[in-house]
This record gives sequence, structure tokens and C-alpha cells, in this order.
Amino acid sequence: MVQLYGCWGRLLSVDLTTGKVGEERVPPAVFRAYVGGRGLATYLLWRELGRKWREVDPLGPENPLILLTGPLTGYYPGIKMVVSGKSPQSCGVVGSAISSHVAYAVKASGYDGIVVRGASERPVYLYVSEDHVEIGDASKLWGLGGFELVQALRRELGRDLPSLYIGPAGERLVRTAAVMSRWVHAAGYGGYGAVMGSKRLKAVVVDGKGPLPPVADREEFAKLRYEVIDKVASRHTFRRWGTTAGLWRVGYDTSSEPVRNWQEEWHSVEGFSHVVIERRYWVKNPWADWGCPLACMKVSKAEVGGRVYVTDGPDYEMGAYLGSNLGVFDVDKVIALSSLADDLGLCGIQAGNVVGFAVELFERGVLAVEDVGYELRWGDFESLRRLVEDVAYRRGLGAVLAEGTYRAALEIARRKGIPPEEVLKYAVQVKGIGVGAHGIRSGKDYPQPIAYAASVQGGDHTSVAGLPVASEESEVWSAFLDSAVICMFTAVEEATLLKFLKAVTGWGLTREELYSTVGPRILSLQRILLLLGGPDARWDPRVHDDNPPRFYEPLPTGPYSGSRASADEVKAKLAEYYSQLGWDELGVPTADTLRKLGLYDAVEVAEQIRIELRGE
Amino acid sequence: MSSSQPQAQIWVLVDYPACTGCRLCEIACSLRHEGVVWPAASRVTVYEFYPGAPVPHLCVQCPDYPCVSACPTKALSVDGATGAVLVDPSLCTLCRRCIEACPGRVPRVVPGKPYVLICDLCLGDPACVRECSKAGYNALKVVRKPSNTAIKHYAKPPEVLAEEVGARVLQVRW
Repeated sequence: MVQLYGCWGRLLSVDLTTGKVGEERVPPAVFRAYVGGRGLATYLLWRELGRKWREVDPLGPENPLILLTGPLTGYYPGIKMVVSGKSPQSCGVVGSAISSHVAYAVKASGYDGIVVRGASERPVYLYVSEDHVEIGDASKLWGLGGFELVQALRRELGRDLPSLYIGPAGERLVRTAAVMSRWVHAAGYGGYGAVMGSKRLKAVVVDGKGPLPPVADREEFAKLRYEVIDKVASRHTFRRWGTTAGLWRVGYDTSSEPVRNWQEEWHSVEGFSHVVIERRYWVKNPWADWGCPLACMKVSKAEVGGRVYVTDGPDYEMGAYLGSNLGVFDVDKVIALSSLADDLGLCGIQAGNVVGFAVELFERGVLAVEDVGYELRWGDFESLRRLVEDVAYRRGLGAVLAEGTYRAALEIARRKGIPPEEVLKYAVQVKGIGVGAHGIRSGKDYPQPIAYAASVQGGDHTSVAGLPVASEESEVWSAFLDSAVICMFTAVEEATLLKFLKAVTGWGLTREELYSTVGPRILSLQRILLLLGGPDARWDPRVHDDNPPRFYEPLPTGPYSGSRASADEVKAKLAEYYSQLGWDELGVPTADTLRKLGLYDAVEVAEQIRIELRGE
Repeated sequence: MSSSQPQAQIWVLVDYPACTGCRLCEIACSLRHEGVVWPAASRVTVYEFYPGAPVPHLCVQCPDYPCVSACPTKALSVDGATGAVLVDPSLCTLCRRCIEACPGRVPRVVPGKPYVLICDLCLGDPACVRECSKAGYNALKVVRKPSNTAIKHYAKPPEVLAEEVGARVLQVRW
């Protein structure tokens, strides 16, 4: 038998319907083929639900909540964990990465991950240690916001233990709800907070006291570890400013920042930058996650309307989506909205996306006061705060917006009796997932024209598609980081990463194999599940492998005024991308490709998808 | 310096505001002592009860060494060269008297280790300090052991330290 290094080869499985707790073995060959994290989650989902994927309700007990580490988790500097399952947003698989101490704690408990199935009747939390697993009563914790919950868990357990949890949004199955950790961290993309809520699972607390599994080559590991720490620790401005620096740069310099629901992507508000935030609001800088020599986080504190708000950063995504995208340029108010999203357990990106969408609909007269209950205006903190809370608690129009931008657009069109396209044209999303805060129109930021259109994770800015496939520009790279599971910000160049992987696992994964086999294997399987979709959403590549309509409108302001996506260019690049991955002209993996990747049992399903698409 | 001269005892100076809460120190400590990544077996622990207010927690080598006096089996002794508390694994019975005697409840007991864990200052070159400096945080520094007996006041239970440091960082009751 092949010895496994860096991983244990076992998962904890918990069924909340029956209360049964057990273990599942993951053979070394599966790790070798899928690496771990996102790749392994995709494999597990395919194996368990592939045949009936379309019928599986992401918010039903059949959908497992999957929490996974990867072989590099805990060894490679920085920390991430992957949350997955069938996504209630895309109806495919999203590997939603979160910075969390739970990641190392799971490994220190003797597991590579946790799979939660079924659903409890009453609110519960899960306690995990190497010798004890318990499903505890969470009725007193249900309803609590994240900040209070972390305190309450500490009281309940008598110690400060790493946890993943949901806020009120997840409890109410809000599709834009995140799985949260440590006050400010979110696995936002995918909507897994709602999946956790559907299981009435308030928190997963992990008390890992053991060592991590042994590595294959201790000397090489120790050497590479310091090599990476040295490289990462020398990213001085990134440490000092974090991603918050993007608030100015992505807007003013590269015209790629969402402003008022992406009606613009440029701003010149001097006060809307890390420089001002640093001087006025950061009370802790730098601030780091477990094992991280980068420390891109900062603690900010602001008082708005007599209430004190604390959050991280706000990092670029939170700042852009809960700031400029809502027309809020006063950073104290952005801190407040970001802190509120943390506490409610909302994905700040999806919340800012859907609220910005609603404000534009209000501005255009599609929505009126009688729909919302109050007026919506860009930059108006009070009404925006109220709407964010209404989404989390599913109150009034919030109940519609809680379905996420795509589903909300369809519902609003239905209620108003107007064609869906008339509302969808303001929905800046791809395959049910609001696009991250990096536009493509100016061509000056990192995403390519097909970044979101071809991504197997829709609008996820951390998993963008790009050409050439055999490069760090492609989604193979993100799939690799999310499977290894490490942080994109502490990642170094591929040669060192592959050496690191070898030192930990002993596998000789080569660059060639990564780009031609392992990466495409994960992406092709994710693609098939995405195209299967269902039950409430289905994607036709000819329609949905595309940018949001807004990206075809010319930028109205800034140095790149007039720039927009070109439909011809997108079509040509999609064709090239499909072909490089061995997918046919519809973007369905071909039988030859699937066989080459060892995905023999997917050949028939892919063929069915192909026939359906051609027949429609 | 002649080799017969006694080496100055050392001490780990903690700079709370500089600590990022990254716990690289825990990783380095466990790699040095256990040869694996094993944070629970680290002799230094970072607690963070409030966002942005991490507190590194480790033995401060109290001038009167209450843990050493409390040990009924003489498993604990003071290393004359560094001033560190040394644990003799063959004598420790895990009775936990040292933990009770410690004003900071610093010594640790962890499943899989048959003796109590206390910082031994890595015999003069603490791995945690080296790691913290490599990361460029410098929240931990090696200094000559201060003669000021107030160093004992640094030994407080983590929740007490967290409360004080947390209140200073956030300036609000949390």
C-alpha cells in the first residue's frame, strides 16, 4: 500500500438526521488524483450524487456539507480550508475557501475533513476532537450574530476553540449566506451558510490537540518552509496595506471597481482609500491568520450612529461591494456595513451585489417604495443598512433578494410582469454567482474577458478562467491552490509550490501533469456537475457562458471611458479555452478527454448533456 | 568573553501590540521540540479572545520559580545557564501541581505527551523568537533576563491578559 504523507486519508462523517458518527477512508490514489480540498470535494460529490445531481436540492438533507483541508494545509505558510457541497447559488460545485484555524485543528484531530449529511430537527453544534465527537444542543445559540456567538461558544465550552459557524442569514437559508469563522472570515462564494442552516447546524467547533500527519521529507520541508516565509514576509506593502489598497488602485488606476452596481468602474474619491482608513480607523495592523507570515489583515473600528463597529480591513472586496458599489464613499459607513455583514453571516460580496442591484432597480423605477417599504438611494447608509438586515432576516423585499441576484431578478420580473431580460440586464452575476469586485471592461485589472464566463465557479473572482490553460492565468491554478489547500496571497511561483508539495506528500506531481491532467480533471468534473445543475437552475453554455450584460456597456467615466467587453472576442476566447481543455464547442468535456483524465464514469453523463443541449 | 564566565540568563520579551496572532511561534516550537507541526504541544501559545488583541503566553521564569518548589517529584529544575525551567520526563507524573502553582497557568498537558510542557528557552536560542523575527513581526525578542522582579507579573492567565490587551486595542467593552 502506498504510504500517505501530509494527509491522514480519513474523513469524519456525521449524519445529523440519525446522529450517527463514523469515518470514511480516502485512498491515497484518490488524493493523488484530486490533491484534496476542492478537487476531493468534487470527487466525493460526483461519487455520491452524480447520478441524481439534478434532483438534489442544495438545501435538502441529501446535500452534504463538506469541510476539507488539503495536503499542504498546516504545513504551507498561511491557512485555508475549503467548504463545499452542491451550491445553492450555481447548482454546481464551488470550492469556497475560508481562512480558518479550524483547518489545522481538523488535521490535528486526525482527520482531513468533515462531511456532514442529513439535517437535525433542532439546532445543534458539532464538537470534534481526536477521541470524541459530539452533537450538542444549540438552541441557546440559535439566532445569535457572529460576534456574540464566538463569545457564547467560549462560555459554553470553557475554552477558546476554533469554529466555523453561521449567523442569522444562514439560519434563514439565505442563498447569499456564508460559512463564517473568527468574527470576520467567510466562505462566501457558493452560499454554503444556507446549506449549514438547512441542517440546523449552528457551529462546528474543532478541538485538535494532536500533531499533524508526518511529511515525506522533513529536511526539504524545513528548508522550503523558510524559503517561502522569507519570500512572503518581504511583501512589505501588501503586509502594510493588505487588499484594502485596491480601493483606490482598482478604481482610480485600473477602472475595474464596482461603482453603483457597476454603472461605473472608476472613482476619484481621495478619502476612499487605504491611506485614509489606515490613518483614521485601523486599530491593529498587521493582523494575521494561523501560520501566516504575510498578515494582510487589519482590525478597523468606527462609530456610526452611536454604535461601534469592528471588522477586518475592510478588505478590498468588502470595501468595494459594501462601499463604492452602493455609492457609499464614507469609509466609517463601509466599516459599519462590513461589520454588519460579518455579524449577520452574509457574504459581503453577494450582499453588496444584490443590494446594489436593488438600489439600481429602485432608481430606474422597477422597484418602488411599496415594494421595499422605504426609499433606496445610493450612499444612504440608513436605508442600505436596513436592506442588508432585511436580506439576512428575509423581511419584505429582503426575502426576494435573499435568493441572490439571479433568482431575485427572475422573481421581480415575474411579479412585475416584465420579461426576465429587462431585469437580468442589471444583475451583475454569472451562473447564479455575483461577480467579484474585479471588472473586465478596461482590461487593466487581472481578469481576462472570459474570466467569469468560463469559470466553473461563475462570478467567483478567486477562480477565474484564463488563457493559456497551462499557466497561472488559468483556472487550473486556482483549482490547484484550493485543492492543495493554501491561500492565494501566500502562494509563491509554481516551481517552488510543486517542490513544497513533493516535500510534504512525496508525490512527484510535475507541472506538465498539473496542467494536462490533475487540473483539467478537477475542472472537467466541476464543469459536468455545473452543466447538470438543477433543480431550480440550469445553464446553457451558449447563453450562460457569458458576461453579465453590463460588461458590454461602455464604461462611462474615467481614463478608459468607452471600453467594454467585445462579444466576438469573448466567443473566440471561449472556443480557444474549451479546446485547450479538451472540451467540445459547447464546452462539454469530450469522451476522449474524460477517458484520458480517468473519468470513465462521466463519459455517459457528458454525452447526455451534449445530446440535450443539441436537442434544445 | 572567556568560556569560564557564566552565560547571561536570557528572557523572551513580549511586545503585545506587535503580535499579529499568526502562531508561527507555536509551529516553530513544535517543530523544534517534537519534529512535527503540533501546535497543542508548543511551549508558547497565542490566545486571541478579542479581534486584534492576541496574547502570546509562555513561561516568564519567575524569580522565585513557584512551579519548581511545587513539584513533589523534583521533575522540575532551573537551568543555571539560561534560567529556563527544565522538565525531567522520567520524573514527571502529570500531577499538575506546577500548573496550580503558576500565576499564569502556563505549563501545559497535552494528550500524547507523558510529561508537562514548559518553555526551556531552547537552551539559549528560542525557535519561537527566531521564527517571529524571520516573519518580520518581532513580537518576541531575546533579551538578557531583567533583574526587575516585576517580570513575574507577566505571568497571568490568558483570559486576564486578553481582557486587558483587548480593551486597549478596541477601546470598547466587547
